[in-house]
Amino acid sequence: MTTTSSGVVPEAVPEATGAEAGRRPPLVSVALAAGLGLACEILLLRLFSIVQFHHTAYMVISLSLLGYGASGTLLAVTRRWWMTRLRRLFPWCLTLFGLSAVGCFAVAQRIAVHPEELLWSPGQVLWMVVLYLLLAVPFFFLGLSIGSALMGFSVDRVYAADLGGAGVGTLLVVGLLWVAAPGDALRLLAVAGLLAALVGAWELDRQTLGRTAFLLLAAVGIYLVPSAWVDPQPSSYKGLTQALRVQGAKLVEERSSPLALVSVVESGEVPLRHAPGLSLAAPQGPPEQVGVFVDAEALLPILRWQPERLEYLGYSTAALPYAMGEPEEVLVLGAGGGVEVARALHHGAESVVGVEIDPQIVDLVRTEYGEFSGDLYRRPEVEVVVEDVRGYAATESHRFDLVVLAAVGGYGGGGPALAALAESYLHTVEAFDAYLDLVEPGGLLTATVHVKNPPRDAVKLAATAIRALEHRTESDPAASLALIRSWQTATLVVKRGRLSAAEIEGLREFGRERFFDPIHYPGMSEEEANRYNRLPEPLFHRAVASLFGAERDRFLERYKFDVRPTTDDRPFFHQFFRWRTLGELAAARGSGGLSLLEAGYLVLIVTLLQAVILGFVLIVAPLVVLRRDGAAGLRGRVVVYFGALGLGFLLLEVAFLQKLILVLNHPVYSAAVVLASFLVFAGLGSALAPRARRLWGDRAVLWLAAGIIGVGAGDLAVLGAFSGAVAGASMTARIAFTISLVAPLAFLMGMPFALGLGALKERAEDLVPWAWAINGCASVVSPIVATLLAVHHGFGFVVLLGLAAYAVAGFCRIRPVRTAAAAPTPSP
Amino acid sequence: MPLVALVGLLVVWLAPLAFGAKATAAPQSHENQRAELVRTVEREMESTRTYHGREALDPAVVEALGTVPRHRFVPEDQRRWAYDNRPLPIGHGQTISQPYIVALMTDLLDLEPDDRVLEIGTGSGYQAAILAEIVDEVYTIEVVEPLHERSSALLAELEYDHVETRLGDGYYGWPEVAPFDAIIVTAAASHVPPPLIEQLASPGRMMIPVGSRFMVQQLVLVTKSAAGEISLEQILPVRFVPLTGDHD
Repeated sequence: MTTTSSGVVPEAVPEATGAEAGRRPPLVSVALAAGLGLACEILLLRLFSIVQFHHTAYMVISLSLLGYGASGTLLAVTRRWWMTRLRRLFPWCLTLFGLSAVGCFAVAQRIAVHPEELLWSPGQVLWMVVLYLLLAVPFFFLGLSIGSALMGFSVDRVYAADLGGAGVGTLLVVGLLWVAAPGDALRLLAVAGLLAALVGAWELDRQTLGRTAFLLLAAVGIYLVPSAWVDPQPSSYKGLTQALRVQGAKLVEERSSPLALVSVVESGEVPLRHAPGLSLAAPQGPPEQVGVFVDAEALLPILRWQPERLEYLGYSTAALPYAMGEPEEVLVLGAGGGVEVARALHHGAESVVGVEIDPQIVDLVRTEYGEFSGDLYRRPEVEVVVEDVRGYAATESHRFDLVVLAAVGGYGGGGPALAALAESYLHTVEAFDAYLDLVEPGGLLTATVHVKNPPRDAVKLAATAIRALEHRTESDPAASLALIRSWQTATLVVKRGRLSAAEIEGLREFGRERFFDPIHYPGMSEEEANRYNRLPEPLFHRAVASLFGAERDRFLERYKFDVRPTTDDRPFFHQFFRWRTLGELAAARGSGGLSLLEAGYLVLIVTLLQAVILGFVLIVAPLVVLRRDGAAGLRGRVVVYFGALGLGFLLLEVAFLQKLILVLNHPVYSAAVVLASFLVFAGLGSALAPRARRLWGDRAVLWLAAGIIGVGAGDLAVLGAFSGAVAGASMTARIAFTISLVAPLAFLMGMPFALGLGALKERAEDLVPWAWAINGCASVVSPIVATLLAVHHGFGFVVLLGLAAYAVAGFCRIRPVRTAAAAPTPSP
Repeated sequence: MPLVALVGLLVVWLAPLAFGAKATAAPQSHENQRAELVRTVEREMESTRTYHGREALDPAVVEALGTVPRHRFVPEDQRRWAYDNRPLPIGHGQTISQPYIVALMTDLLDLEPDDRVLEIGTGSGYQAAILAEIVDEVYTIEVVEPLHERSSALLAELEYDHVETRLGDGYYGWPEVAPFDAIIVTAAASHVPPPLIEQLASPGRMMIPVGSRFMVQQLVLVTKSAAGEISLEQILPVRFVPLTGDHD
């Protein structure tokens, strides 16, 4: 757990003694360091998204805690040596943070780790370890600086500076990401580290002309580092990199925000022709396109408006709803570069509303590519709303003839297999329920996905829609749902009401003319399922048919991929892996069996293993080597208590971070608000822990655990009931909602660790570093465990497990030595 | 999480380490390594034959696999794995496919010696070389200039004189020499380019491996009948049935 930004808890450090006692603490530099720590975590989320395939929040949190934990262990084993040199070392730690922030990232992004290559090259695992260690280094130096300040000076004031700095740093970095590209933000944070070193030296009376000159030179050096070193360089397998390798292609513009890095690619000699699932019967390919890449991967093309070249829009499975009716009012959720808006207009829609979360993309289509796109987003019949899709769905009351959930074009070198752990709240039961509310009775909802063989995505899409329809109990799902496929895409259509004979005939004719196979429609026979895109057996049809029958649960259980409906609690639409198939897939390695594994999931497993090993080696092992056997009898209890707290804290923190993405619309916003809230309020709780002890004596932890379980369960209920509804409120209201959920829980969660350490200091002070290390190690592993469990069992389960960890801590608490002051207060 | 499964995954990873160590300890000639690779691929074909309908590899494909020096088509730092049955990175974000997949794709094209074959996406040039061992005319197009230059030079050096290479856009095929008895689209394609359908002979076969750089998930085989009718098959290269019971 982190009850200060550095992972150091005031109660873990000895009283300020010796030369520094009573001296003015370096408050400004501590505040700066704490702010930089959280800012670095948020920035790393963005950098991971751009360089690799996912923001991997679990890895960022884990590696930062590894850095902090290792610094804590170093401080614990070198305490005396360190204290005599504190004033000299403190500014150096901050200097090294500044230098390593840029240096380590520059080296790290030269390490080519590709998740899929992991399956073939075990050596890649070692590179992942190097990457993980390198990125932990800046946090190690920050941990040393804040931890040593806490050891050497007045704890209360340093602590306050630490918490305040962390909160402000989080807000500033989100603001910074609106105005600075990620690479520039990294330079700025590094220079801020050097500034903190300068301020720290000044605060500790260690400023010299030489140091000032050195720091200035270092700052200049950071700005002289070539852009290619610090600007995130997407993996060579990402879609953007691939597109730019094509002869004549050039990057014409980049726009950056906390939401995404948007890159615009114009192709010269070899045009971009993105038309997934285009029928073999298509008379022509797509018109000229400009490629808009989001975080260097998802491709959202902008079409040149050439009415005579738009016929291809009717030859993808996504055009199915237009073959089943003539919608006049169309809503496109995830408008992107406008392909689905163009498809609606091409098919005669009278008005189209597009919803797009990223204002940068909307602005591109409106301005730079206004003329190119035929002023698509300025047409009188088109309205574009810049908003999160779920937020829009929660608040919009108008109903449309057709609601289109646009497919995200991740068809580059990576593909959805790498996005296995990318949470998506767009394809969940709750989301479909909300989308159906936007559909006029008798109207249609449609969604298109990229399909894999054997069937996975299309089956999960159908399962999710069926569950949503069952919740609504408006009509029989089997009578309302139709699904069609090409060899690349599948399109689902859900009607609010029963599909009519005319609509079904429209579907059949559409399929016949374009060589698409129906997967399901009311009254369909198996003979129709496998005519044009032939599989050895009609697997898609049979799988989806199983979702309607009495055998559904048995089918979902037996199917070798996880195609259970996706929910807001388990929003991993692209994750299909089941452990029981591992042996079979591994045995078929030689014939391509590993292609059926989700590589993103594999990264999670590798990260877990390396976190366990590195956490032990860097945090626990040094203390084991240097241990003193003063209170061996208490050691087991210390392991359980502090291990449970480390696990519990991070399980809850990560679960809330992930769940609140739905409320705050984006992982970066969620990380900023949730991490800062947990830190600040747990810190306050930690500071006030002695009061709890005075109030409840040695039962304080038990009561606190009960309180945490009560508040945590309450939060879970509130989130389940209101998170969808809150998603449509103003950002201020959503942040307030988040803080109101997190604050009481974090406040209580901050206390047991401080109380345990306080008690341990009384009973066996030698075990304090040991407790700290166990807790640190558990904290490093816990974020990854949280994600792994969430993939299979949902975030609700992770929250319950986190609460259970607190229950364990409550029962295995470290009892303080009973003194008059610590005696329990009689109950009133 | 089942611990056994976790250990299983570790074994999957570490097995190649052990295999690699063995190979390094006892270096074999490239001919021997190729022969071993052919045996491996034939074993894989045997185990998957009911899934793609092929009893065994065409002898011409076996011969090609045993002849083409795969180690010449991969970067120096990857050569020690050149004859492992696995994909390898070749730079520029591209890979050379797993030999089993190369063999299966080539086999499924049902090539005859006098066939004319078009390849879209030359990459390393290995697939073109395999094709050139079997047929008289191979035309291959690459859009990434450094890859084109490297593969063209290598194919020339290895005296594959009947392989014509071109730098450029593969979307429009190679109309000057169309029609083609077989077309293989190894470049990532979001759809089948209509011009390629037109340039496919009647009868003719077009193969499109679908997946990511390192993983071919399925093979799409487009067939044009003698009467010009188009049909499409989605072939899973691996023996895998997604629903066979609780304990398969």
